[in-house]
Amino acid sequence: MSLTLDAFQTLRGGLPVSAPITLSLAPGQGAALRGANGAGKSTLLRGLIGLAPSRGSAQLNGVSHQEPDRWLEQIAHTAHADAIKGALTVHENLAFWSRLYGGDPDRALHAFDLESLADRPAAACSAGQKRRLGLARLALAPRALWLLDEPTVSLDVAHTALFAEVLKSHLTNGGMALIATHIDLGLPLPPVEVAAPAPEAREDDPFLSGDWA
Amino acid sequence: MSPALALLGREVRLATRAGGGAGLGLAFFLIVVLMAPLGIGPDQALLGRVAPGIVWTAALLACLLSLDRMFQADLEDGTLDILALSPLPLELVVALKTLAHWLTTGLPLVVAAPVLALTLNLPDQALGLLTLSLLVGTPALSALGAIGAGLTVGLRRGGLLLSLLVLPLYVPTLIFGAQVTGYAARGLESGPPMLLLAGTTLLTLAIFPWVTAAALRINLR
Repeated sequence: MSLTLDAFQTLRGGLPVSAPITLSLAPGQGAALRGANGAGKSTLLRGLIGLAPSRGSAQLNGVSHQEPDRWLEQIAHTAHADAIKGALTVHENLAFWSRLYGGDPDRALHAFDLESLADRPAAACSAGQKRRLGLARLALAPRALWLLDEPTVSLDVAHTALFAEVLKSHLTNGGMALIATHIDLGLPLPPVEVAAPAPEAREDDPFLSGDWA
Repeated sequence: MSPALALLGREVRLATRAGGGAGLGLAFFLIVVLMAPLGIGPDQALLGRVAPGIVWTAALLACLLSLDRMFQADLEDGTLDILALSPLPLELVVALKTLAHWLTTGLPLVVAAPVLALTLNLPDQALGLLTLSLLVGTPALSALGAIGAGLTVGLRRGGLLLSLLVLPLYVPTLIFGAQVTGYAARGLESGPPMLLLAGTTLLTLAIFPWVTAAALRINLR
């Protein structure tokens, strides 16, 4: 029961976006992805859910990332975009995801302090409130691995602490998390450096091989 | 409620709420068809002859109007990523979103068409078949449009390119659909063009989920 990445890296146009990453997480462990802007943290997280081309191997609880159905059913992902529809109320937004992923929307609303906003159209929510609604998807159904891309952006201090509590209880319940973040959540999250890749020539580069002339 | 029904219900709800654009296609259809007699003039025999073509062309354009937001809105707010990771296959997501598009755009045109055709002096005996041909043909318009919307989803101002891609594909549906109505208006047997129209729709419905899902996967990666 663990997550293992072995020389995993994402590709763009056939070339690596960042240096290969090797890490392993046991249940209850998390790691913080660190790196400069543009180092490839978000792309790495997208690569882990199959939305960016990648190479190397990734194993989660004995399932390879090349078996997308069984791989994805263990993962929850949040990105910069919160996947919220402004025309629906806060509760309607979350109720839809609960029908897709299972779980109880009211409990998730409670976990992220959104009960008082339940009937408000999501378009009328502030950036921080929308972010909490996006994160509330995590509290719907239990998933072994959380992949979080800058989860605390636009959250205030109190709600950053609330999010850290939710994350902590996910980890104490045996969950795992990979988090791209620049702030200290007050949790033991060992840093994983996402760095620029070593220069690499494409073997089939038409310019290098002179085929273009 | 099953996940598939939840997605369909949500799409219909989003389309019919403020800013969803469900009424837009119908309003455009009404205006184009009502403008035609003003431009052509009061020659009733001529109007009756061109009515099938006008109604069908207007239906095509009205369908096109709301296509460009079909997947683009979901791509921009991140919904498409989450849907691609959900237990629903992307092909089913595509089919359900297209069904919602037809329910909110195509179906209102089918209902409004016979009333509007009266203003174009379409002979009474053709009204039934005009409605039936639209009912059979408009699903193909939404399905072909979904392919175009999937291909252009990542592009800024993709709507224009979408029109250029999709309108040529609408030609068989336009020809057979207008022919069904035209034959009926002249009292001729309209079975053969109706079968060809139905065949075009069935072929489109059989392949579009896979084509569209493949195009979306390329754009997501």
